[in-house]
Amino acid sequence: MSYQVDEKGYYGDFGGAYIPEMLYPNVEELRTKYLAIMNEPSFKEEFDQLLKDYVGRPSPLYYAKRLSEKHNTKVYLKREDLNHTGAHKVNNTIGQILVAKRLGKNRIIAETGAGQHGVATATVCALMGIECIVYMGEIDIKRQAPNVARMKMLGAEVRPAKSGSKTLKDATNEAIRDWINNPVDTHYIIGSAIGPHPYPDMVTRFQSIISEEIKWQLKEKEGKENPDYVVACIGGGSNAAGTYYHFLDEPNVGIIAVEAAGKGVHSGESAATSQLGKEGIIHGCKTLLMQTPDGQITEPYSISAGLDYPGVGPLHSHLYKSGRGEFYSVTDDDAMTAGLELSQLEGIIPAIESSHALAIFNDKKFKPDDIVVISLSGRGDKDLNTYIDYFKL
Amino acid sequence: MNRINQKLAENKKLLSIYFTAGYPSLHDTVQVIQDLEKNGVDMIEIGLPFSDPLADGPTIQESSTAALKNGMTTTLLFDQLKDIRKSVHIPLIIMGYFNPMMQYGVEAFCAKCQEIGIDGLIIPDLPVAEYHEHYQTTFEKYGLINVFLITPQTSDERIRFIDSVSNGFIYMVSSASTTGAKNTFGDTQQHYFERIQSLNLRNPQIVGFGISNNETFTQATKTAKGAIIGSAFIKHITNNGIDRIGDFVRGIR
Repeated sequence: MSYQVDEKGYYGDFGGAYIPEMLYPNVEELRTKYLAIMNEPSFKEEFDQLLKDYVGRPSPLYYAKRLSEKHNTKVYLKREDLNHTGAHKVNNTIGQILVAKRLGKNRIIAETGAGQHGVATATVCALMGIECIVYMGEIDIKRQAPNVARMKMLGAEVRPAKSGSKTLKDATNEAIRDWINNPVDTHYIIGSAIGPHPYPDMVTRFQSIISEEIKWQLKEKEGKENPDYVVACIGGGSNAAGTYYHFLDEPNVGIIAVEAAGKGVHSGESAATSQLGKEGIIHGCKTLLMQTPDGQITEPYSISAGLDYPGVGPLHSHLYKSGRGEFYSVTDDDAMTAGLELSQLEGIIPAIESSHALAIFNDKKFKPDDIVVISLSGRGDKDLNTYIDYFKL
Repeated sequence: MNRINQKLAENKKLLSIYFTAGYPSLHDTVQVIQDLEKNGVDMIEIGLPFSDPLADGPTIQESSTAALKNGMTTTLLFDQLKDIRKSVHIPLIIMGYFNPMMQYGVEAFCAKCQEIGIDGLIIPDLPVAEYHEHYQTTFEKYGLINVFLITPQTSDERIRFIDSVSNGFIYMVSSASTTGAKNTFGDTQQHYFERIQSLNLRNPQIVGFGISNNETFTQATKTAKGAIIGSAFIKHITNNGIDRIGDFVRGIR
């Protein structure tokens, strides 16, 4: 079975480009050019240089000794939290801004939920001196004031999405509408492994630096490239896609995906898309998504704004349906406890998204000599208020 | 012969109106359709509301949100329309996004349309290649005409492909935009209208997006077979209710 996108933009049954005709020229331009651009030597050189000197890559692969002892297995953490701007998101925005420049675009739009992708986009736009407009749900703007301020300080304009449920999915709709209305000069930097083809593949390739580094770093530390398991949290699924990418065709590497169960998978307040979703179309791709029996897209819930998305990237739907990936759902409570545990065992305060991946030990028992690599996709600074409220700190 | 093709064969410029089913009130659907026909409208697009209408501007977004809140569903719309052909004879098209149709089942949806007397579908997020490969046979089995959009950015080559797959009319989006009213068309639109005319397509074209009044209707139909009005009509029924539909139609032509 193949886990690469096919020439029509599908991973198995999922993917494609279900877009209105108004978007066709933009998406088609990207589809026909992205691979050639990414393969240009000057592109690779610029991308690698920025990842090294600006983002601070390679990010460490850290053997978490006390966490390993606690769970009686060998745990490595891939430290995406140490990247500039505090999460894995910047790997993709660096890549896409360089693509946008080569396509001759001089205006960037993006969507954001918690604000992490918005900040990462505003950052690279400041770096390149390109106009930046970030769409953000009106409700999220109120919930994530510090990130709104960061984007403004970086020179971006934050536009409230006031339609529908006024959160991430509506911000995405608004960004798509902006692109329809500005078809010539604008590039849309999608932040997750979602959207019409070629976005899921392009974002996955930019994030695949994560698993590329894991391979050589693990070789240095353990004498072999492949761990027994790679674990990542999934909202839309960009850090997961990058963490899995170079292991997809290695059958001995277990792929573990952790979704947000919110207050419980069947509580009515959850974002566990693989468990609750059905095949459908959201934001231009066919994938699993949470919806009513009538096909209206529903509003998910998670304590973590980054996992609060009603769909999941088409690669992940394929991993789920084909059985290549093991999917687990972790509640708010278990994620928060795992975040506290990492803080006190290793001195690392994780983003609540990443805390979901760290809570895997409740559901899955590993053997003592298993090597388990967990993607620590972001740091917890942005979540301090949520941690304070939850633990009454 | 499909009612759409019959209508297109008439020697006149066509006025087509879009409205959102279940708006302003849940059970207004049938009366709106009957009044539009009574007032001389040539064709109607019945909007099946969707939670995430990405090709639509604020007016249609808001009417869709309101219709869903009122309780509109695919099943209910079909139920409201079950006797529509006893009173209405002009072509009826359902316009909606693909996901609700997928969940209903594409074949079941098409069969139900045929049973009721729906003549065609407009699905903005179902691309022509997907349709051609996976759904065209089903649509045609149930006698449905699928209508595709083109925009000022669509290449001649692609327009010719769309023309070859179409068997009714081509929906000409007036400008690079989401739906919503404009007051006038500029030179860009005129050049675009003329470019399309010069392609001598098999299918007639009907212009939509940005048609709101007599001026834009007249400009659009100078070269095209007709025009579609959506947002401006929805604004009218938002402000005036559904009792004065005739006033709106008379203002257009």
